[in-house]
Amino acid sequence: MTGDCQGYSPPPVIAYLDKAGAVLDSIPAELDDRDVLIGLYRAMVLTRTFDQKAVSLQRTGRLGTYASSLGQEAVSVGLGAAMQASDVLLPAFRDHGAMLWRGVTMVEILQYWSGDERGSDFKGPREDFPVAIPVASQTTHAVGVAMAFQLRGEARAAVCVLGDGATSKGDFYEAINACGVWKLPAVFVINNNQWAISEPVSMQTAAPTLAQKAVAAGIDGIRVDGNDVIAVRHVMERALEQARQGRPQVIEALTYRLGDHTTADDARRYRDDAEVSTRWQEEPVLRLRHYLVGRQWWAKTDEEALIREVRAQVDEAAEAYLALPPQPATDMFDYLYAALPPSLAGQRALLEDAHG
Amino acid sequence: MAEITLVEAVALAQARAMRDDPSVLALGEDVGKDGGVFRATDGLLAEFGPARVRDTPLAEGLIAGMAVGLAAQGFRPVAEIQFMGFVYPAVDQIVNHASRLRNRTRGRLTCPMVLRMPTGAGIKAPEHHSESMEAMFAHMPGLRVVIPSSPARAYGLLLAAIRDPDPVIFLEPTRLYRAVKEEVADNGEAAALDQCFTLRGGSDLTFVTWGAMTRETLAAAEALAGDGIEAEVIDVATLKPLDEASILESVARTGRCVIVHEAALTGGFGGEIAALIGEKALLSLAAPVRRVAGFDTVVPLPRMEDLYLPSVERILAVARETVRFQ
Repeated sequence: MTGDCQGYSPPPVIAYLDKAGAVLDSIPAELDDRDVLIGLYRAMVLTRTFDQKAVSLQRTGRLGTYASSLGQEAVSVGLGAAMQASDVLLPAFRDHGAMLWRGVTMVEILQYWSGDERGSDFKGPREDFPVAIPVASQTTHAVGVAMAFQLRGEARAAVCVLGDGATSKGDFYEAINACGVWKLPAVFVINNNQWAISEPVSMQTAAPTLAQKAVAAGIDGIRVDGNDVIAVRHVMERALEQARQGRPQVIEALTYRLGDHTTADDARRYRDDAEVSTRWQEEPVLRLRHYLVGRQWWAKTDEEALIREVRAQVDEAAEAYLALPPQPATDMFDYLYAALPPSLAGQRALLEDAHG
Repeated sequence: MAEITLVEAVALAQARAMRDDPSVLALGEDVGKDGGVFRATDGLLAEFGPARVRDTPLAEGLIAGMAVGLAAQGFRPVAEIQFMGFVYPAVDQIVNHASRLRNRTRGRLTCPMVLRMPTGAGIKAPEHHSESMEAMFAHMPGLRVVIPSSPARAYGLLLAAIRDPDPVIFLEPTRLYRAVKEEVADNGEAAALDQCFTLRGGSDLTFVTWGAMTRETLAAAEALAGDGIEAEVIDVATLKPLDEASILESVARTGRCVIVHEAALTGGFGGEIAALIGEKALLSLAAPVRRVAGFDTVVPLPRMEDLYLPSVERILAVARETVRFQ
């Protein structure tokens, strides 16, 4: 094996459900609860339904380029569900499940991807960061946020999500290294969906795991089955507890990007259909449904009712989004500085005259 | 009132800001025990402790990025980059995040941070320690770019920068760190941002300059006075947003303008000011606007840096041509 480290064994992949939803290991009692699991299931179904709607809005020219989270709902929902409301999320651009769980609205997410900055003015989680597009750039913000919590003696944590490609950037190492030095309350979740646009993980690193990158920062690295929402939520809760006690954590969540990188991408150019078909057998929504059905906690009628409900919710959000009045053109000046500098007044007036 | 150097004024302003406001933090490589490689944070660790005066790992992207995170959480980080030549890894954070956070969140999150760094040549420093890249930052929407030219202005402008609700790039002319001493009252009074300072009045010619080049420019103005030519010297101080009114008012009065900066000529901020005058004061001009700048070369290693920097003689030659122009 390449990248073998002397004396280092990669951590095991924590999972409770196998690909078919059968129990692999005894599920922690507090999570093996009908209401808890149905809550996670509903959030994953909502995320997937929202994704489908967003893609169809893009395909019909009513949304800009969009990054779908198809297949990765368990990572996003699992980490979001484990966070406290007072924690701060620093998302990458595919974390709709966590954002929705934390109270960012579907309308706001659609607004953002349609090119309307008001979508990042979350009415819900006011301290959460907006989506970070430059890959890994949000990792260092998490250091500052976690340091703020540490300085104020608050039992809060910064949760930063990044992709597998982001682990190739220096920012990621700089951030986890600093968190190790200062024992900051931060959790970094690597959403390892196997593909950074067209490049597989094997092009990002010769290390056998991404979790082991934490070793060089002197902090804990954990691996979890990212298609098992129970495992993600459990691992994330433990990681947050550790982080709040000054032990920053890196979690590698193993999942798969079933869709294209974005609506501007065509993954068939670089990826075999056979590989994708295989991965559909492991996807997280069906996996949890199988478990719920097996426990007799979920029936066909429940599923039908849920689908009706989330579709109505998503359709309503889409209609509300489409009905939004455009932002005033002068908004591009009005939020640039706390007060408009006199030297920009002329430019603003020019725009106002043309498009006021 | 004590006479202090510019670098002492920088430390004084930070200490004052930290005393006045517990949300102000100092961070950067060697800012703690060492007091900064130039001593610009000298004494801060002893007074405010390691929670507020933070030695960071050697990682400029981290320094700028964590400052964004701290600022978004309501702190006012004052981050030091040891030399401007090392700021490039931090530029991603400045252009993509610090300068845009308020705008992209419609004011929900803001970024009241200061990124301080020495700028410019003239102290015989090694390679990569002498750059003047102010135009790069001045080109970035959402930033303030401030550069003081004396100890008193360094004190007042840094206090203003720290109190400003938006991100400020604070450039400290290395050549001036210890070149002069000036009386600075530690009275907590900020100087005005976004405003030029007139260092010398005159009716025959307007010099527009900033940072370390104010010294050579003032010397040139004195020499011209010996010829009976009275030159006004404007210290821009805040390059962005630019105080257009003060520059245009002066040029309208004198009809002649020479812009002096040590950054490379092409794409330098002097071109921006010349364009401004061309657009808004053309009919006041009695002569073409001229620029005296560093050459379009890499700042040379120390043996030749004096040849690179605009000298009093180079400034005088261009100023005399401008005054003689009919």
